[in-house]
Amino acid sequence: MKDTLDSPLVGRSVARVEDPALLSGRGRYIDDLPVAAGTLALAFVRSPHGHADIRSVDIDEAQRAQGVVAVITGQEVAARTRSMTVGVKADVDCWPMAIDRVRYVGEPVAMIVATDRYLAEDAADLVVVDYAPLGVVVDPVAALSEDAPVLHPSLGGNLINERRFRYGDPEAAFDAVPHRIGIDVTYPRSACTPIETYGVIASYEPGEDAYDVTANFQGPFSIHAVVARSLNVPGNRLRLRTPPDSGGSFGIKQGVFPYMILAGIAARVAGAPVKWIEDRLEHLSASVSATNRQTRIEAAVEADGRITALDWDQIEDCGAHLRAPEPATLYRMHGNMTGAYDIPNLAIRNRVVLTNKTPTGLNRGFGGPQIYFALERLMDAIARQLGLDRLEVIRRNLIPADAFPYRTASGALYDSGDYEAAMDRAVTEGGLAELYARRDKARAEGRRYGIGFACVVEPSVSNMGYITTVLTPEERAKAGPKNGAQATATIAIDPLGSVTVKVASVPQGQGHRTVLAQVVADKLGVPMAAVRVLADVDTMRDAWSIASGNYASRFAPAVAGATEIAATRLRDKLAKVAAAQLNIAPEDVSFAAGRIAAKGNPDNSLSFARVAATAHWSPGTLPDSVDQTLRETVFWSPPGLKAPTAEDGINSSLCHGFIFDFCGIEIDPETAEPKIDRYVTMHDCGRILHPAMVDGQVRGGFAQAVGAAFLEEYAYGEDGSFQSGTLADYLLPTVMEVPDPVILHHVTPSPFTPLGAKGVGEGNCMSTPVCIANAVADALAPEGKAPDIVLPVTAAKLAPRIFGDEPNPKNPVPETEVGPTTGGRKLTGEGRAVVKASRADVWQMLLDPATLDAIIPGSHGVQKISETHFKADVTLGVGPVRSRYKADIELSDLDPPNAVTLSGQAAGPLGTGGGHGRITLTDTEDGTEIAYRYEAEIGGKVASVGGRLLDGAAKVVIGEFFRALARHCGGSARSGLLARLIGLVDRIRKGGRS
Amino acid sequence: MPRLTKDDVQPVGFKLNGRPVVVRVTPRTLLTDALRHEIGATGTHVGCEHGVCGACTVQVDGEPARACLMLAHQADGCDIRTVEGLAQGDALTPLQEAFRAHFALQCGFCTAGILMTLDALFSRQPDADEDAIREALSGHLCRCTGYAPIVQAALTARNRIKGGPIDA
Ligand code: FES
Ligand code: FES
Repeated sequence: MKDTLDSPLVGRSVARVEDPALLSGRGRYIDDLPVAAGTLALAFVRSPHGHADIRSVDIDEAQRAQGVVAVITGQEVAARTRSMTVGVKADVDCWPMAIDRVRYVGEPVAMIVATDRYLAEDAADLVVVDYAPLGVVVDPVAALSEDAPVLHPSLGGNLINERRFRYGDPEAAFDAVPHRIGIDVTYPRSACTPIETYGVIASYEPGEDAYDVTANFQGPFSIHAVVARSLNVPGNRLRLRTPPDSGGSFGIKQGVFPYMILAGIAARVAGAPVKWIEDRLEHLSASVSATNRQTRIEAAVEADGRITALDWDQIEDCGAHLRAPEPATLYRMHGNMTGAYDIPNLAIRNRVVLTNKTPTGLNRGFGGPQIYFALERLMDAIARQLGLDRLEVIRRNLIPADAFPYRTASGALYDSGDYEAAMDRAVTEGGLAELYARRDKARAEGRRYGIGFACVVEPSVSNMGYITTVLTPEERAKAGPKNGAQATATIAIDPLGSVTVKVASVPQGQGHRTVLAQVVADKLGVPMAAVRVLADVDTMRDAWSIASGNYASRFAPAVAGATEIAATRLRDKLAKVAAAQLNIAPEDVSFAAGRIAAKGNPDNSLSFARVAATAHWSPGTLPDSVDQTLRETVFWSPPGLKAPTAEDGINSSLCHGFIFDFCGIEIDPETAEPKIDRYVTMHDCGRILHPAMVDGQVRGGFAQAVGAAFLEEYAYGEDGSFQSGTLADYLLPTVMEVPDPVILHHVTPSPFTPLGAKGVGEGNCMSTPVCIANAVADALAPEGKAPDIVLPVTAAKLAPRIFGDEPNPKNPVPETEVGPTTGGRKLTGEGRAVVKASRADVWQMLLDPATLDAIIPGSHGVQKISETHFKADVTLGVGPVRSRYKADIELSDLDPPNAVTLSGQAAGPLGTGGGHGRITLTDTEDGTEIAYRYEAEIGGKVASVGGRLLDGAAKVVIGEFFRALARHCGGSARSGLLARLIGLVDRIRKGGRS
Repeated sequence: MPRLTKDDVQPVGFKLNGRPVVVRVTPRTLLTDALRHEIGATGTHVGCEHGVCGACTVQVDGEPARACLMLAHQADGCDIRTVEGLAQGDALTPLQEAFRAHFALQCGFCTAGILMTLDALFSRQPDADEDAIREALSGHLCRCTGYAPIVQAALTARNRIKGGPIDA
């Protein structure tokens, strides 16, 4: 690329240095890295149950399988590790692998180390785990009820933490106003799911008792301490490295850390390095998800719409274990619970509950989507109730431009902003008037069209101490203060005078290396090509601290800021060296175009490289005032990030960007499909270092938010089954669903960061879901009470509101039906068949193990335990996905030879099933009619990945059974009985590899 | 045809980016695993192993195909082209250049598959319009870019290569 050296690089959209390699297949992602000879593959056995006691884990057969080096159970892991640190004071353990109880579908139960991944996965299927299923709770409100199943008996309930906060005088504020306006909102679970899954490579050196782990981890490196403690080694015996490239993260790859522990143990037990690359089902079911949250929010509102107090009641669902750094999702926004508004009084009640779902962790927007969904839906409700213009209600509450830096009720210090100006510009430049006209026209034509707004403060550079707000002031005093956000940068000069920059920012595609080359090249007056940047981490070699990593949008404000400071220090030293050589004062030295010159006299100059390399070649010539110029390392922690105060005030983040969004959405009159007509997003992220990358962050976050708003949900059945285990079930938006938003910028530089930049990576994940929800609400009900909107807003959810409930079909043919999405993966069905045999003969056949063995598809043998108890061993499958199941069948309510009820359970590596069916036999002219009706539930992998195929698969297997029975009877009939049996079992096949 | 067991290692021969290669793999080895871990051509990525994300897209005899849904043995005798085969030497193709110019990649994990799909599209249909481009892209998931820059890059590349071979 060409640099024009007389204009600064910062602020220009220069081409990315990362791209040539990435565009040519030369990226180095974790699964591309070379590994030591003899590296083994790791695979996991995972729980098919949402909640169950583990009675036993039988690893004998797996241990004998081809290629297997080790099979490791939770007991063995626990014997070699310590429970992972939990961020609240509670009597509870948090293990990376289940020991005696599983608490979510996908929880690791055992791991296999084998010579290759295929063999490891084969062996995983041979581990036999005996589970005793327990009651399940997946809803956070239900989890709080007295009779809810308790996940961790030591806690005595599912509430693991509760805190109440009070700032100003909220009670008095509520008493003093004419209106108390409140809403309840439900925020569902989703995740930003990178396209690259987790990966870990680990080895163990017994001579040094040291682990060496490479993982596509993203930080924060406070987690290094959690992993080292759990592995029971000092920090210097856990070398943690990250690969040069990472295929996206968006917070999610923070959650890889339990697997670092497990892979470390696996390497230790196996006596060889191990490598694990997660598959997509593992990722969706058991990596990490954002929290789902139930919120009640109320506002004290004056007649003119001004809000004087907010009252929050939040119930946060962190899944089955409270894993570090949770409950951080609930506290990251604690300083900005009043959003962009000047609201002096605030009450907050925060409860954290555990449910039978995947543990939660970082996810782009981290806590923002949950609070802004509530706050901005509330703004809509206030406007509706008071009959005011929505924009006017927002405007009347905005923090005024002259109030910055502005201290919020709960303690954040907003750095800069001019919210009203930004909003006004968005309204004009984004064409709101035109959008209103489009809405009017659409409505005049009878179409459903709505406009939504959202106003968001986007925090960046987290204060590492905010998490301790979950502790009481007394607990905090005991534990010692936590605060700050150390960023590091090292700049080194080599003997040829070129520049190397090293940071611990662990980018996952954001282009950090390009931006830092811009920053440093500008500062030292050299072309970008003279600067090379590394951004991956090796904890044994690099400067790093607990805040290192790529999260909380900390790169531009903190990491680029630290780099700017390091470059400035180095430049100041080089100026002294050059001044001595040029015979001028250091203040008169200029750096430009690869040369160091006397200001105003370009002829008196030296090449940058020559001056820069002085300390290598002739350190004796350095002026006395310069120690060395070889290397400068800066640790920078923003001074404003203090620990929480005794009154629970917390400046939870360093920077606070501003976003104002509006959009128009039309609901299709025939399909009820909501569609974005136009989306405008205004950002104030401070000084912009690289415009194209900033817009790239906005577009990327926006696209993920469109997914969260319309498509994505981690769906669980009431039985805890996970129902979105493939990318065909968990739908990510494609190019067809993502419109290109209008992106606008209004810049107020941050006075708190070295470059004036604020973070920008997460804002649209906070603003867009609620902006869309507000528009949908406006489309559904322009006036009156705000409709309750629960994401994702699908056509299926909107249709009943538009068309009313679906009328019953004229010719009902639901022979089988899949249960409602809220329930488990439930299958019910009925059917009939006629065979050419007498009722008595059919009855006999159906109770005869030999006959059953002959007619059950895929049977490997039916064993009669008693007159009413059978065991069957069958192979079932759909297409290439086959597996073997053990079924246990009991007969009851026998009415020979007329009717019988079968109940059964089946279990295999791909999942479990259970159910019951009633069979009745009646005579026909030349044979017997068999009628059956069954009801079954399935769980495990099959339920996660195969939902949509199960129904058909069940029919096929039952059909096969009856065809075989008919053949057996010498007739041409179809019918069924053990069928339901098979029905149960059969819902079980299908599933991905892994 | 002899019945193979899952452990029988057999040679598979195909052309990879113009060069003949032979790998010895079991019948169930996926083409992605053969390319990445046997041959070491790691430019082709794996995002789902169930045919949805498109990250693994390669060209098989000129047609885009999901390498995660192919067994290595199915590639026997085929002409396989991957992202490593796009650029000749150090020079990026117009398509790759356009991706760089439009910031159409961030993490780059989805990119190889998208490039192979678009490259195949433009060889078949050098004047593909935006709808055809979007249609082709709809089989790919990108989690970073929000797609608009990818569409822009594709349009730019098409304009530059219209009428000429993609590698020109
Ligand atoms: S990896 Fe092949 S389509 Fe996703
Ligand atoms: S660039 Fe990261 S997934 Fe497309």
